[in-house]
Amino acid sequence: MLLLTCPYCGVEAEETELAPGGEAHLKRFGPGSSDDQFEAYLFARKNPKGVHFERWRHAYGCGKWFLAARCTATLEVFGTYPAQTSGPPDDIIARIKARRPDWKGFA
Amino acid sequence: MKRYSLFAIAREAFSHHQGWERAWRSPAPKVAYDAVIIGAGGHGLATAYYLGKNHGITNVAILEKGWLGGGNTGRNTTIIRSNYLQDPSAAIYEKSRSLYETLSQDLNYNVMFSPRGVMMLAQTHHEVRGYLRTAHANALQGVVTEFISPARVKDLCPILNIDGPRYPILGALWQPRGGTGRHDAVAWGYARACSDMGMDIIQHCEVTGVRSENGVVTGVDTTKGFIGTKKLGIVVAGHSGQVAQMAGFRLPVESMALQALVSEPIKPCMDVVVMANTVHGYMSQSDKGEMVIGGGTDGFNNYTQRGSFQHIEETLRALIETFPMLSRLKMLRQWGGIVDMTGDRSPIISKTPLGNCFINCGWGTGGFKAIPGSGWAMAELMAKGEPGPLAAAFDMGRFREGRFIDESVAAGVAH
Repeated sequence: MLLLTCPYCGVEAEETELAPGGEAHLKRFGPGSSDDQFEAYLFARKNPKGVHFERWRHAYGCGKWFLAARCTATLEVFGTYPAQTSGPPDDIIARIKARRPDWKGFA
Repeated sequence: MKRYSLFAIAREAFSHHQGWERAWRSPAPKVAYDAVIIGAGGHGLATAYYLGKNHGITNVAILEKGWLGGGNTGRNTTIIRSNYLQDPSAAIYEKSRSLYETLSQDLNYNVMFSPRGVMMLAQTHHEVRGYLRTAHANALQGVVTEFISPARVKDLCPILNIDGPRYPILGALWQPRGGTGRHDAVAWGYARACSDMGMDIIQHCEVTGVRSENGVVTGVDTTKGFIGTKKLGIVVAGHSGQVAQMAGFRLPVESMALQALVSEPIKPCMDVVVMANTVHGYMSQSDKGEMVIGGGTDGFNNYTQRGSFQHIEETLRALIETFPMLSRLKMLRQWGGIVDMTGDRSPIISKTPLGNCFINCGWGTGGFKAIPGSGWAMAELMAKGEPGPLAAAFDMGRFREGRFIDESVAAGVAH
């Protein structure tokens, strides 16, 4: 079972307490964008086998959305951080690079 | 290939069954093929089989990273049905179900298709309305289904509790010619038939790159060296995103774990397949006597091929009101597979941005039932370069153009 620490309330929550919300840091496209951009925003996903940045909600806790860095091949969790950001914070990136030296970085 | 028959068993008995030949060859890869298919699961092998049978293309290699049928083909709950709401889905799943009817004879391999009937329980008024609508749609599509009363449900499956306090059974969508099959035998039967046509099934051969020239595929790099090909079919389910990345395009697909479990074997108590989509669980009894139980996906991206404990509990908790006998059963083993989920929960059988490269993926939680039909449609696409009537609606472009085949709504949840 996954254990994720909610960055808002500090609770180390079990998977049953959380609701998954898919890929994080998606760039939004709306009116005025091209069809390709809008399709990519809605449907195209990185779906990596490895380091994945994703959204979670502490559904049965404080109810807030937060972000997590996790490995989809091993279920290792690299860390969680608040959602008010457009990219992963430096300390998370450093932790991932320490654990996955061949990781190509967040792009 | 020596045909399997009663006479063959009698003949081989005289030589103490030492004379049976291997069901398929394990050749070294050739330098180049007319067509290469990545993925020797059910869908990949069926694609190869119908390429040979329907289109006369037999210079084909099927590459497999692991062992034949060791992915989702060997990890499902073997349910076969075609009671879908949308026309394109009903067409391809019904084609598939009808091919299953004669697959054993066609392949000369017993796939143990058992048309025991599939029952989808309506446990809320919303579901009653939904399934009545599906029954009417199926009548127009030529798929034989009917909406049956709770009394008929109880008659067909006496172990059901139809008067549950929380989820009473208000009726069911009944497909009498749905059922189950032997999942391994489907892969093995197709493999034997493909090998017999001269196709090369190459196991433990992982694709590491896709090569192209001027936007047209020329071959694949593998752990057994470069293999040239004129046409490439990607049929790798959960790892579709990985191979698509090698070929230089992205897919509207996310990979998740889906798990199933079986109980200890018990005496025969249920001769239909029951799906309870409101509580999200489905069950049938295997020939060995195990109750085969499936539930929902984990909901987050996952490549680990293992499930999580709370989903076992969740699935059984959900089913126990409807099947009270489950409370006394021990669960024997569970397993997980990686399913490829698309945005509209319908598959992709499509041309790709790379020339002569085709993809068949996105079957999500319901791929087993679709194996023959999927292979049929994919083979037509690969042979002609353009999709036939079965595959046309399932192209990748539908996400851009908003032509969804919205089965996540139509099918409830479980496929």
